[in-house]
Amino acid sequence: MELYKHTALEIRDMVLDKKVSSTDVVKDTFKRIDSVEPKIKAYLTLCKETALAQAGKIDEKIRKGEKIGQLAGIPIAIKDNISTQGIKTTCASKILSNFTPPYDAYVIKRIKEEDGIIIGKTNLDEFAMGSSCENSAFGPTHNPHDLSRVPGGSSGGSAAAIASDMAFISLGSDTGGSIRQPAALCGVVGLKPTYGAVSRYGLVAFASSLDQIGPITKDVRDAALMMNVIAGYDPQDSTSVKEFNSSKVEWFKRLEDGVKGLKIGIPKEYFAEGIDKDISKSVYQSIGLLEKLGAKTIDISLPHTEYGIATYYIIAPSEASSNLARYDGVHYGYRTTDYTDLMSMYHKSRSEGFGPEVKRRIMLGTFALSSGYYDAYYLRALKVRRLIKNDFDEAFKKADVILSPTSPIPAFKMGEKLDDPLQMYLCDVMTVSANLAGIPGISIPSGFTKSKLPVGLQILGKPFEEETILRVARTFERETDYHKTKPVI
Amino acid sequence: MDYEIVIGLEVHLQLKTDSKMFCGCRNKFGAEPNTLTCPVCLGMPGILPVINKQAFDYALRAGLALNCKIDSFTKFDRKNYFYPDLPKNYQISQYDLPFAKDGWLDIKLTTDNKPLTTKRIGITRVHLEEDTGKLIHPEVRQEAGAEKTQLGYSLVDLNRAGVPLLEIVSKPEINSPEEAYAYLGALKEIMQYLEISDCDMEKGSLRCDTNLSVRPKGDKKLGTKAEIKNINSFKFVKNALVYEAKRQTELLKKGEPVIQETRLWDEKEEVTKPMRSKEEAHDYRYFPEPDLVPVIIDAKWLEEVKKNMPELPETRRKRLINQYQISEHETNVLTQEKAMADYAESGPVRTKTARNLMLGIVLQIINERKIEFGEFARKVPPENLLELAEQLDKKIIVSTMATTVLGKMLDSGKTAAEIIKGQGLEQVSDKSSLEPIIKEVIKNNAKIVADYKGGKKTAIQSLIGQVMKASRGKANPQIVKELLAKLLDN
Repeated sequence: MELYKHTALEIRDMVLDKKVSSTDVVKDTFKRIDSVEPKIKAYLTLCKETALAQAGKIDEKIRKGEKIGQLAGIPIAIKDNISTQGIKTTCASKILSNFTPPYDAYVIKRIKEEDGIIIGKTNLDEFAMGSSCENSAFGPTHNPHDLSRVPGGSSGGSAAAIASDMAFISLGSDTGGSIRQPAALCGVVGLKPTYGAVSRYGLVAFASSLDQIGPITKDVRDAALMMNVIAGYDPQDSTSVKEFNSSKVEWFKRLEDGVKGLKIGIPKEYFAEGIDKDISKSVYQSIGLLEKLGAKTIDISLPHTEYGIATYYIIAPSEASSNLARYDGVHYGYRTTDYTDLMSMYHKSRSEGFGPEVKRRIMLGTFALSSGYYDAYYLRALKVRRLIKNDFDEAFKKADVILSPTSPIPAFKMGEKLDDPLQMYLCDVMTVSANLAGIPGISIPSGFTKSKLPVGLQILGKPFEEETILRVARTFERETDYHKTKPVI
Repeated sequence: MDYEIVIGLEVHLQLKTDSKMFCGCRNKFGAEPNTLTCPVCLGMPGILPVINKQAFDYALRAGLALNCKIDSFTKFDRKNYFYPDLPKNYQISQYDLPFAKDGWLDIKLTTDNKPLTTKRIGITRVHLEEDTGKLIHPEVRQEAGAEKTQLGYSLVDLNRAGVPLLEIVSKPEINSPEEAYAYLGALKEIMQYLEISDCDMEKGSLRCDTNLSVRPKGDKKLGTKAEIKNINSFKFVKNALVYEAKRQTELLKKGEPVIQETRLWDEKEEVTKPMRSKEEAHDYRYFPEPDLVPVIIDAKWLEEVKKNMPELPETRRKRLINQYQISEHETNVLTQEKAMADYAESGPVRTKTARNLMLGIVLQIINERKIEFGEFARKVPPENLLELAEQLDKKIIVSTMATTVLGKMLDSGKTAAEIIKGQGLEQVSDKSSLEPIIKEVIKNNAKIVADYKGGKKTAIQSLIGQVMKASRGKANPQIVKELLAKLLDN
């Protein structure tokens, strides 16, 4: 039936209009998974039986004319660092390879309440650390547009699943660009919400002050739909913002209002050297299109951009070194079989359980926090973080949104940067600042390189003004077909 | 050369909140292991802490009662280290910005019959943190009489993990083990009066680490200190400090250095011993807890806490003296424990007999039986004690019978009247039933009678005693005396 080609909203409406049953949608999705997943390897766990059972219940509800949620019958994929009760949550790590959480993350609870159907858990860089989705203990995911290339990371599985039509919506997590960068590399929509807009309860922490859960979707309207479900205050997350009342945000109403008179800031620092020529050309074209549609562009400066990566790679590993300390072989997760005392149990469980990138960051963070170095590294990074935030505050006095490429380069070959972590870290150069400042950002498909690799356009917005960036994104999308250009797998 | 002891105390108090510090699990002592846990206090991946408002309210009470400056901006930090009883492998604590600092506590000192003096001990800081779980290292005895051997594994009980802890750090202004003892007593009293902690060392709701150093008297610079950890009674704290002070002084006198280390108090041998040396120094790598937002303590909140503050012991003592016209000594005894003061004020303090019962036989019976006042109060509610006083006032029983009756009240939970009636303990004042007993006593004590008649009038006391004994304590001593005198003088 090729139902998988539709967007989530289209499918939802078809299900509600009884044009198709939820069960048929799920079956068709799994058929699609059976045919392309062996090449892509986006999933770590598939939940076919529970998904079908859930679909059956929704069909029953619709048949009986009962009240039905906003995600009625939509198959949804979840990044495997978001807790799902009764379904393994591995973080793509050997250390959690057998961990099944006894509770649902806040976002999962919301999806279930709105009748969404969880079909599986997607691959990621171990503990969300990486920009290529190659750091998974269970093997890499492939980019649907070119199977020899990476899908980007760390939410590579979630982005690839959407790009290859193996799910209608997926959830990713973004600590330094982990939703936007893979969305860009896979040619799909990826939204990182404002810090505090979506509860982190149940997201296995990488760097608590930077992590946010967000949707990866086929188009902008689907992203708005998912935000409508997952955003909002959660008393279980102290950093979740009380004042942000998602139910009062009109996620769809202004979506089609266009960009007339809107001021778009173009930060000169984001168009410096080192950006792939095809990408900068494409992004300038995109800016031109938005101007044609009525937006005004202004030149702005984010002077502390050059310190973004350095700051990020102090703060994120520092928090990670603490967040990942609980994986010690004592309470849950992997425990070495060969140990003599407590200390050797710790050492060996962690040595055997964590992959090289995770170890690298734990060591970095432990060093940065240790006495004698704290002031020089961690404390200084916090101060620079404040300067970066101030840059954005200043810029947003003039501009309503800020535009830039999402990634400086298109999807690269697998293995190409694996031995050079610093090269890999530079993939986040356009995205990390938004996390440091806590502002929302979206990446939308905005073109292709000469070698037919997707290009992503990043739109950054003021805190809690997801509505505005979604509107800009939707305006662009309405005029272009990039998001409809499917990879041939 | 004279030496001076300098002691600083770190006290950890478990707050008796309904739930734990960062989750909704019940905060309760003595439950089946691992039954009071949830993903949050188990440190499961993905969980987040949420601050317990009640714990913070309690902590603020303590800060205010200890005369601290309360900072309007405070935050939590992570203290990172690996311990198998700490599920997250970091403790949420407060590092550079505790909510309360620079306070003081007055302690009362009595030495060698000198009058009571007061000394003010500075409080460096008060902060909130979470407790860890508990490790159990099972041991078995293979054969009778043999040494116990450790089984090759350890068990973890996480019921205690996440229980709110208040850490109170004194300034190094305590100069003797006696002062340390008085400090702990005063602190415990205040905390109990604040109704924020049981302060029960045996249950671990009050724990104390001590730092002690010795320096030549008059020196400004502190000597090298040793830390003594995990001492589980006030008496042991004192004993450990006495020992440690002597050990360090002797080292200094011999010109040997004191090593900075952590020591343990060995109760059996009554010595402090070095703890197994640590493999490396701890670097806790503190940093601000990113899962919690800073806490803003505004005037409104503080006002609310002040409004709900229970009366502090000193205030209460002053009020009792004024309100009931009782002596300072009596007041001090009646208020030594909050439970006792509450008990007294719910009735007994108002009548002299009931008050005397509390100061006398109640305390005596509690000491003899080694029970808590609370247990006494549960079995003998204040109205029952008042009724006993009434029986005495109405001379239904002899005063010497009161101890027996109270003992039976405590055993059975019955009222004094029920016991007196049931066991026939009423005072006998009826002359016709007393006369035969008296005559019998006169007959059997010819020598004493002769002494009396020979002019040794005090001998009558001995005869009264005999009569009381023969009547099993029930005879009205006044009547007995009258009757005896009448019979002997005739």
